[in-house]
Amino acid sequence: MKAHAQRLIAARLGLALLTLLLVSAVVFAITGLLPGDAAQQALGQAATPEAVAALRHQFGLDQPALQRYVEWLMHIVTGNFGTSMSNNLPVSELIATRLPNSLVLAGLTSLVSVPIALLIGISSAMFRGSLLDRTLNVLTLSTVAVPEFLVATIAVLIFAVKLRWLPALSYLSEVHSFGALLRIYAMPVMTLCCVIVAQMARMTRAAVLDQLNSSYVEMAILKGASPVRVVWRHVLPNTIGPIANAVALSLSYLFGGVVIVESIFNYPGLASLMVDAVTNRDMPLVQGCVMVFCAAYLALVLIADLCQIVSNPRLRR
Amino acid sequence: MMSQPTNPHVPHAGTELYDVSRDELVADSAPPGEPTPAPKTGVLKRLVHRFSVLGLIGLLLVAFWLLIAFVGPLIAPYKGGALTSTEIFGSYGAAHPLGTDYLGRDMLSRILYGARYTVGLALAAALLASLIGTFFGLLAAVSGRWVDEILSRLFDAIISIPSKVLALVVIAAFGSSITMLTTVAAAAYIPGAFRISRSLAMNVMSLEYVQVARARGEGIFYIARVEVLPNMIHPMLADFGLRFVFIVLLLSGLSFLGLGVQPPNADWGSLVRENIGGLSEGAPAVLMPAVAIATLTIGMNLLIDNLRRRGRSHGGA
Repeated sequence: MKAHAQRLIAARLGLALLTLLLVSAVVFAITGLLPGDAAQQALGQAATPEAVAALRHQFGLDQPALQRYVEWLMHIVTGNFGTSMSNNLPVSELIATRLPNSLVLAGLTSLVSVPIALLIGISSAMFRGSLLDRTLNVLTLSTVAVPEFLVATIAVLIFAVKLRWLPALSYLSEVHSFGALLRIYAMPVMTLCCVIVAQMARMTRAAVLDQLNSSYVEMAILKGASPVRVVWRHVLPNTIGPIANAVALSLSYLFGGVVIVESIFNYPGLASLMVDAVTNRDMPLVQGCVMVFCAAYLALVLIADLCQIVSNPRLRR
Repeated sequence: MMSQPTNPHVPHAGTELYDVSRDELVADSAPPGEPTPAPKTGVLKRLVHRFSVLGLIGLLLVAFWLLIAFVGPLIAPYKGGALTSTEIFGSYGAAHPLGTDYLGRDMLSRILYGARYTVGLALAAALLASLIGTFFGLLAAVSGRWVDEILSRLFDAIISIPSKVLALVVIAAFGSSITMLTTVAAAAYIPGAFRISRSLAMNVMSLEYVQVARARGEGIFYIARVEVLPNMIHPMLADFGLRFVFIVLLLSGLSFLGLGVQPPNADWGSLVRENIGGLSEGAPAVLMPAVAIATLTIGMNLLIDNLRRRGRSHGGA
């Protein structure tokens, strides 16, 4: 049985790597092959054919697509993403300075959002059909549909403009104390939490409801177990897998959400780096950021999968 | 283990937001034995029967914005780009009901003109995504294992690029134009539509009447068109609404970053961006477009949620 679980984990790992490989192919196709001739673009329409050919050779564009892809992939695997076109710094260095900031933001957001979401999701499942459940349903349904920039603008309007409690922009260099840290992170984290909490709560509720409908729960209720005990002792251990999945799925939403939030609050993270790179059409930097984003996303999904496998005693034994 | 049809563990936001299992969806969509015997004159009654108050609000909001998208420019008090006032970031008033923007243009007219981009683009992209996704989903379900395997792997790879990140990469490579925006929004949401339609079709394929059709010797295209497709239309329509919401959020997010619809044209996301300077004054110019987006997406969410709930409770009736 244990061997079975190990095989399952190995299969998941393999699948994740295969997906990452396919992702890299898609990204390379979009950024490297389809847009046409980078050499021609760099030199403009007036360039002589000889100059274009020379530059093309210098870029390695005269080689077959597959060969270019394999070379690009080899570089990425060894951590060499090339140099940024706009400031000639190595892409890996730029990413290394920004990535920790984004991770802190993501970590704080998860720390705040997961407990709140689980609380909302589990309690609305326990009181299914009640006024509380219905109110929470409409609230979460609406929050899911609101664009992040609306939440962010309203937050800025209230907390920075009207009340003047919090700064509208994030200057990380000014962080010297815990209080300053809270003030800087409050609004970005709040904005990200809004959507994520709603999403996660809905999925948690669905997962718990799924279990509440099963016969072992009915049995427990018939035995006279209190509702809290039913949920705490009987349902929750069985929903760890689905809830881990829900959490991972919602957190993966962060990768989209941070793009907007980092730009609004001028937060020096990976997503704002990428938006700048897109605006400047700095391809190596874009490629590097995308691959980091996708790898992080797949890692998150993989962790959720592993939680699901490990939390299943039938596979663990 | 390897023949596992598609990896259910690469999650995709949206499908899990609604606590509806796929079996239920199929049961819903199965041709109702006897449609509720409603008199022809009772259309209004049936409408009331099918919609809760919240659902009705959703329906009205969506219908309202759809109408505006078509007739907006006709009923706008001023021409789209006309400078009509010397006051910038003006407040609500008789001449300019929603105030004026950063150049002194009438905000109501800007929003009415913008509806065409926000609603129209999202509608086109969602339609494309749903049609193409359904086509490939059907194809994967009715063809052999290899076609299914290849399609599933490919779409899994695309799904692991977060939609905003995918959109950013494409825009970095090709620049931003109306066609490009529609294409990328559709491309980002084809995999989701593919997965849902595939699993729906898979469920239908296992039903007896399909086996009967097979035994009769019908070709796979006949089966796909006549037996399977009509039975997955209803859940796919609900899914279409969801994709529409996601695409509205994606496109307005891009426009908000300045990478979406380019000036002088403006969708609601660009309107928020243009007027962000008025935030500190709490100008309606920055709030109203955001409110427009929120009402559209929340309305659509309420509508779909209602359809799903009612569809379930009255499915067997």
